[in-house]
Amino acid sequence: MNALPYIYPIYRRELQSYFNSPVAYVVIIVFLVIIGWFFTSSLFLMNVATMSTVFDMVPWVFIGFVPAITMRLLAEEKKTGTIELLVTKPIRDVEIVLGKFFAAWTLLAAALAPTLIYLLAILPIGEVDLGPVFTGYLGLLLMGGVYVAIGVFASSLTENQIVAFIVTLLIVLGLFLIDKMLMFLPEGLSTTLEFLSVDYHFASIARGVVDSRDLLYFLSVMAFSLLLATVSLERRKW
Amino acid sequence: MSITVRNLTKHYGTQKAIDDISFQVKTGEILGFLGPNGAGKSTTMKIITCYVPPTSGTVEIDGLNIFDNSLEVRRKIGYLPEMNPLYPDMNVLDYLDYSARLHGVEKTKIQTRIKDMVQVCGLSSVRHKDIGELSKGYKQRVGLAQALLHEPEVLILDEPTSGLDPNQIVEIRNLIKQLGLAKTFILSTHILSEVQATCDRVLIINEGTIVADGTPAQLQQDFKGAESVTIELRTAASDPLGQIAPKLRSLTSVTGVELLSRKDSISRFQLHVEKGGDVREAAFRLAVAEGWVLLELSTRSTSLEEVFHKLTMS
Repeated sequence: MNALPYIYPIYRRELQSYFNSPVAYVVIIVFLVIIGWFFTSSLFLMNVATMSTVFDMVPWVFIGFVPAITMRLLAEEKKTGTIELLVTKPIRDVEIVLGKFFAAWTLLAAALAPTLIYLLAILPIGEVDLGPVFTGYLGLLLMGGVYVAIGVFASSLTENQIVAFIVTLLIVLGLFLIDKMLMFLPEGLSTTLEFLSVDYHFASIARGVVDSRDLLYFLSVMAFSLLLATVSLERRKW
Repeated sequence: MSITVRNLTKHYGTQKAIDDISFQVKTGEILGFLGPNGAGKSTTMKIITCYVPPTSGTVEIDGLNIFDNSLEVRRKIGYLPEMNPLYPDMNVLDYLDYSARLHGVEKTKIQTRIKDMVQVCGLSSVRHKDIGELSKGYKQRVGLAQALLHEPEVLILDEPTSGLDPNQIVEIRNLIKQLGLAKTFILSTHILSEVQATCDRVLIINEGTIVADGTPAQLQQDFKGAESVTIELRTAASDPLGQIAPKLRSLTSVTGVELLSRKDSISRFQLHVEKGGDVREAAFRLAVAEGWVLLELSTRSTSLEEVFHKLTMS
């Protein structure tokens, strides 16, 4: 971190700005309500005490939520012109990108954290295997990280937040749905495309096995998206 | 901290924003950048602050190049951009703290520096308010405080007094003058009196090129053209144009006479005088000899405004 000392001030301000405005609270509450509804309906209607509904639904909810929390990160600074003051400070563009990325990722983790209450609620009544629950949360965080990184990239492309939202939504939806369309594709392609699918790797981790190939996938997609975001921010210099 | 700008050219698409500009600013100098809107003032400043790169040419600050030593250069500069962009959701103190951190001000010094800047820029009454709630004048001061916070050696201020009321303008000018002794300033403006009041040197820029360079006094001297003298007389003459004007015209070095106004017995003339001539004494003696009552006699020399107008309206 010492090589990039300015990530932290950027991160701190971005997180403050989430929590100083209603954004963070709205995100957290709506997120909990949606997930809670699915969780309780499986618990009471189907009489199943399981976290698997959480792990089934959260990836879908992320698709709509992440674009909403990342769209303003860079687009707003471009729109209001504050980007000019930011990039003329003696800091690197990559520090700006990483600071904002970690802030949005933290908000996502903060929205996810209260769902642990559901886990506490079913621990006494059901037989819960904690291993897959733990890796499931890890998988959700990594998946969310990939989405946030893509969101940061989309936000760096434009000064229009709506455009940033839609671009993020499309890319994220594409990555999520790839492995659900494999049946339409020739077999040779399907293994490659399967490897690109974010849901394939999530499912693999959520089963309870943390495979280095899955970790590598998540981390490299994040790194690649953030690299693209940095390059796109530096585009003004071309 | 000297700034050297060499053969700077910037194209936006096919449009040339600045075209082969070169100049130097010495330590402690306050350079005023003057020009109509769209002349290339802001573009030049954006290049010096490393916001946009030039199409060709280079800028050096104390020998440090904007391409190779971008971070070093930016560390030395305090910048107030044209539209003074700020975060409306942050309060003044938080914002200054954020700026100080991004400028790498030592942690132990941050609080004292902020306190100093709040005092110098007159922000103490609004320091806990959100920036979005402030008036334009206060926002401008926040922008200025932000630019001065890390004690930069070079200050680049793009229209620092825009949106301020006359009292605030005087305050900001005094602040610039006071700081200008130790720092190198470039400030842009299209208010001419501001340049006269604050700058050691003026650079007039038009359509991307430098059209004049010198102290405000020098420019006035260089572009001094014909002077004009206004004279107001009370006479019994019924036809001032026929009876008085020819007599005024016959004075030495007068090249033309215009009747500006006439009301009852009071006539007002403008005399065009050739360069370097002074017609006031002769006009007075003429009035005495003719028995006219001299109500006003004033001379007007070329103002910086006229210099500016001449250079940029071709």
